Amino acid sequence: MLTPEIVIQSLASGLLMGLLYGLIAVGLALIFGLMDIVNFAHGEFLMAAMYATFGLAVGFALDPLISAPVVAAALFAFGALVYLGVIRFAMRAKANIGMVQIFVTFGLAIVMRGLAQYFLTPDYRSIPNSWLGGKTVSIVGIYLPAPQLAGALVSIAAFAALFVLINRTDFGRALEATREDAGAVALVGIDKNRVFALGWGLGAALVGLAGAIMAIFFYIYPDVGASFALIAYVTVALGGFGSVFGAFLAGIIVGLVEAATAMVLPASLKSVGIYAVYLAVVFLRPRGLFGTI
Amino acid sequence: MEATAFRRRRQRDLLIAAAATVVTACLPRFLSVYAQNILILTLMYAALSQSWNILGGYCGQISLGHALYFGLGAYSTALLFTKLAVLPWFGMAAGGIIAAAVALALGYPCFRLRGHYFAIATIVIAEIGYLLFLNWDFAGAATGINIPMRTNSWATFQFPRSKLPYIYFALGFACVTWLVTYLLENSKWGYWWRAVKDNWEAAESLGVVVFHSKMAAAAVSAFFTAVGGSFYALFVSYIDPDSVMSFRFSLLMALPAVLGGIGTLWGPALGAAILIPVSELTRSYIGGTGRGIDLIVYGALVVIVALAWPEGILGLVSRLTRLVARAEPRRAPR
Repeated sequence: MLTPEIVIQSLASGLLMGLLYGLIAVGLALIFGLMDIVNFAHGEFLMAAMYATFGLAVGFALDPLISAPVVAAALFAFGALVYLGVIRFAMRAKANIGMVQIFVTFGLAIVMRGLAQYFLTPDYRSIPNSWLGGKTVSIVGIYLPAPQLAGALVSIAAFAALFVLINRTDFGRALEATREDAGAVALVGIDKNRVFALGWGLGAALVGLAGAIMAIFFYIYPDVGASFALIAYVTVALGGFGSVFGAFLAGIIVGLVEAATAMVLPASLKSVGIYAVYLAVVFLRPRGLFGTI
Repeated sequence: MEATAFRRRRQRDLLIAAAATVVTACLPRFLSVYAQNILILTLMYAALSQSWNILGGYCGQISLGHALYFGLGAYSTALLFTKLAVLPWFGMAAGGIIAAAVALALGYPCFRLRGHYFAIATIVIAEIGYLLFLNWDFAGAATGINIPMRTNSWATFQFPRSKLPYIYFALGFACVTWLVTYLLENSKWGYWWRAVKDNWEAAESLGVVVFHSKMAAAAVSAFFTAVGGSFYALFVSYIDPDSVMSFRFSLLMALPAVLGGIGTLWGPALGAAILIPVSELTRSYIGGTGRGIDLIVYGALVVIVALAWPEGILGLVSRLTRLVARAEPRRAPR
């Protein structure tokens, strides 16, 4: 039976999960806003971050909360390298640029999954003893899982930092300017390639942060990114392409809708609610909630 | 002069297609059962990618949800055959019609969306279909449907002893999708589709009914994709949502067209002829360890081809022929 307690309880966990979804999606939104590319390897970035966190936990006994900044920094470097090594060349395509970008990032995703399978085997892994794993926190009678609560707080902090970064720093202005007109920024002395590389780094670092937290309470395996990637695409599109903060709000909506769907439909159908809400929103507003493109 | 050159190119395409069909039809005698399997998959993907190409290539509506139509074809055939004993040929036709109807019903709201919003809507809709079939007990849910194999028969389209009939059907299927594209390419619809793809606003101002063009492309594309799904179900005689409706499949269908040359007559066949054997061979020769080396090779190949030849392999061919033509001495104009 759906008592009010159960409803509040599941909506509260939905909200926490939604904040995490926002954090997973914002990197995708950032990269898309900057250069019109949907990164189909975004889920594999998440997978890489989860494995990195797992490695640091097992190899160096670092708790995910400690290693999260390290993982984010590693993903930053990785994202920038992916741009410089692969995406930069995909941007040069003269024909079919949309399809080239889809399939270059899709190919990258397959390679990353293959590498994970080869070096780390397809086994499911989890981090054995973490500070937060399996613990719950009670707030006015609502029990919240500690890892998800930490994830939600990290997500809010990351969005706040991102807001400051975009609106108050020179790098943020360069990012916005490049987003507006990548050709013209060269005239005011902004190196387009550098901004793109940093944008990819930042996007990857954000999903890296999310991955470090997710590693606490989720199984880690080579295909783990796929299901989250789809939710991330839907979140970004729901918020509207080109809107970084649309992703924040859309993440919350997605988390709440998922929790609400799980209350009325079998658990395996919980994503249907998310997809239905996406369709309903874009049929009414073809550019998502806050989209500019 | 232009018109003759155009007619000559059309005749040449038809001749090449006829020659390729004859060569392929003679091929199976010299192939092992394993190679025949690869040939069947190659022909099937050539046809599927050609079907995808009608909507994604010619009309420019990038669908990443064609797994839905493939799955509808596979499930219609399998369900009608196993539950109601309807012969697969009727199941195939039913699957095609159902898929086309679904494509029209979905196109009505979806074709108002553009770019990535459209692509993601197609993914999401296919994913809803996948989840529904995964939970639909009548259709076997996650365990899927097993089509029991009986005797060699064209009526039930079952051939436990020989691969040849499957090869000929797949070849015929590839020929039909090619021929349909060949005919449509030069029809009113073909021109409308390319106009919609290049600049829909300009096309609309010139009297092209953009919405109807997209709907027509979607219906044709979905119909043949579902026929491919029916064939696949009968060929492997076992289907479940993962094997016929997963997202991966939507990308695999688009890939040959993209790598061969998107929106071109020969791109899908050429792409499939290269991609499918490579993917199957890497899988059986270096993927046997189950450790993903085949994935690494396949993914790297996709990245390299997409980066090196953004117009697909056909783009490379036409660039080479242009180079050769330039190298020839110019004739004085008459």
